[in-house]
Amino acid sequence: MNPINALPRRVLAALGVAPVVALLMFFFWPTATLLARAIDTEALSSTFGRRGTWNVVWFTLWQAVVSTVVTLALGLAPAYVVARFEFTGRRLLVAVLTAVFVMPTVVMGAAFLALLPDSLDRTAWAVIGAHVVFNLAVVVRTVGVFWERLPADIESAAATLGASPWRVFTTITLPLLRPALLATASIVFVFTFTSFGVVRVLGAPGTRTIEVEVWRRATQLGEIGEAAVLSILQLAVLGATLGWSSLAQRRHSRALDLEPAAVRRRARTGIEKRRVGLVSVTTALVCVAPLTALAARSFSTPSGWSTAAWTRLGRTEVRPGIRLGLDPIAALGNSVENAAWATLFAVLFGAIASLAIAASRRGGRMLDIGLMLPLGTSAVTIGFGMLITFDQAPFDWRAEWWLVPVGHALVATPFVVRTAVGVLRSVDPDLQAAATTLGASPTRAWLAIVVPFLWRPLAVGAALAAAVSLGEFGATSFLSRSGGETIPIAIEQLVGRTGSLLQAQGYALATMLAAITILLVVVVDSTGQMQQRTPPTRLDALPVDQTGRR
Amino acid sequence: MSQLIVDHVDVSFEGATVLVDASLSLERGEIVALLGASGSGKSTLLRVVAGVIAPDAGTVRLAGTDITALPTHRRGIGMVFQDNQLFPHLSVGDNVAFGLEMAGVGKTERRLEADAWLERVGLASLADRDVSDLSGGEAKRVAMARTLATRPEVVLLDEPLTGLDRELHDQLALEVAALLVELSVTAILVTHDHDEAATIAGRVVQMADING
Repeated sequence: MNPINALPRRVLAALGVAPVVALLMFFFWPTATLLARAIDTEALSSTFGRRGTWNVVWFTLWQAVVSTVVTLALGLAPAYVVARFEFTGRRLLVAVLTAVFVMPTVVMGAAFLALLPDSLDRTAWAVIGAHVVFNLAVVVRTVGVFWERLPADIESAAATLGASPWRVFTTITLPLLRPALLATASIVFVFTFTSFGVVRVLGAPGTRTIEVEVWRRATQLGEIGEAAVLSILQLAVLGATLGWSSLAQRRHSRALDLEPAAVRRRARTGIEKRRVGLVSVTTALVCVAPLTALAARSFSTPSGWSTAAWTRLGRTEVRPGIRLGLDPIAALGNSVENAAWATLFAVLFGAIASLAIAASRRGGRMLDIGLMLPLGTSAVTIGFGMLITFDQAPFDWRAEWWLVPVGHALVATPFVVRTAVGVLRSVDPDLQAAATTLGASPTRAWLAIVVPFLWRPLAVGAALAAAVSLGEFGATSFLSRSGGETIPIAIEQLVGRTGSLLQAQGYALATMLAAITILLVVVVDSTGQMQQRTPPTRLDALPVDQTGRR
Repeated sequence: MSQLIVDHVDVSFEGATVLVDASLSLERGEIVALLGASGSGKSTLLRVVAGVIAPDAGTVRLAGTDITALPTHRRGIGMVFQDNQLFPHLSVGDNVAFGLEMAGVGKTERRLEADAWLERVGLASLADRDVSDLSGGEAKRVAMARTLATRPEVVLLDEPLTGLDRELHDQLALEVAALLVELSVTAILVTHDHDEAATIAGRVVQMADING
């Protein structure tokens, strides 16, 4: 666009100021505080002088590596089937995988606790199993998006040169998928390395990740310095992983002619049909089993099958007269209230930030990256940073009702921004140009043409933000106060009580949270469908085949 | 006896019939051009012969043997794809040597053979080049060399010269014709260009005549 028709600088500056200030205040300042606490010789030497620290680091690393490798290996089959074939139930399978992926970590942990036999509970294998099922969707989506556009002819070409299906896979398909595989591996590694909720529910003293150890040392043992050191250590590992992965992806990326759109076909031969059927059914079962077990166990009480856990949700008596310091019904109320505020904050700041990002170049890019940072930082680090930053007057906000929603909003805003910026950037600049030729000033043209495109992505972003907030566990573990417990906090406390009615109540709460999350994702998905259903405007874009065939 | 026989082949995709009762036979060393409008099923027929698409009915016979159920990699039928389908992660030389590697030819021998083929198509010394750096004409030549290097008895060419400018197109048509005759391979050339068909093929078949 001609710069004389661009949005005036003062409008841009006015848009940018609120998100920038919020980001500096609630993300960069706490992170800086953490760093300051960690650069302390005493804290450093006491942290690394402990054998326990090294055990935690070692466990975090190996379980993340194993989880990543297994997820990739098992995820390739469904990724292939979903990317290459059209079949009845394909959309449903993708929806099921997505539903599992967006499950709150605590729900996923509880689901595996419900699914696995007691002998496997609280072992590394339980943690790894949950990680693998959790992240299958990452492989199917990230690798699948690439795979479905990889020309099938390139594999056929290898076959006509004498390559067997296995050799086609190893010499052609895998090397061409490498950038997508690297991207997926680094995402899954980051997710599993920073695993908190799953490990809090499924882990034991020997199976603690760095995240859990940060929480334990900070909130249970009061060793703030050591917890800060571990947080920074983890941040360094995350930074190194993401840096390595972007370098490696650049090195392995190929000038490859991808198909302009996904090319999928129906299975033709008997072998293909059996393969597609087997893979899709197995994948669906693996995804559905933990959630089914969760719901089933909510009806299983020490005295047999009953609805007691659901009907007596508000009554948490450990024994007659002795109450657990926790009220599930109140937790439900707290969660809904937090989610409402967090969604409001995220949508408000996300909308303003998206408009600023889409309208400006360099400054917008910086703001975009800045807003994404909390997502890559881990919620535990955010919560911990806020906890040790806002504890002194005039910034002693630990008791403020809005602190938890602000923490949630930090994690949720990127989801709003990603959906909104994409839509805003796709607005044809000629529309704005047309408005200016009709006499609208740049600001008027922007208000009349660009801003109205925001509503739909904001609705999607709001649903995502609500889902993020309702399931948020990492930051909440630090920021919520006694009496202010949210559903995930209540779930974690309840499912730890083996075999009791309280555990069944935990499963009931987790089932409820799972259902709400699925509902929100369905809302998001159907809104996305509406966007796709806009009629094609260009008739000449129809494929030749439909007009030229016989 | 005919070298290659396509016998009463039917193919349909999700209800849309593409080939109905299609039949074609080629003598050993014969080069047939298959002409037809786009969407007439030319490419599909080639893919059935190569084994990339399984027909719903009918058979494909090679030198008297029914190969309809034989997987592509065991057919010994070479194919040059319309958009070349060079492997982007392999060098020019490794692309040409790919089929030899699959056949279990040793590394040194592969390399020599690939160099010889590159020289034959006029691309000597390009072996270490990245395939994304090739011009349109060079890429076609590499695709030809890659297919011919495996010494297939039957070669399928799916619009191999489409998308080149006229001068280059005519020159390459002559080169391809010479190469196919010299190697005395049996070949099917799919095209919609009558001149190209006349230059390369000994017989021209209209798709409409063989597809019921």
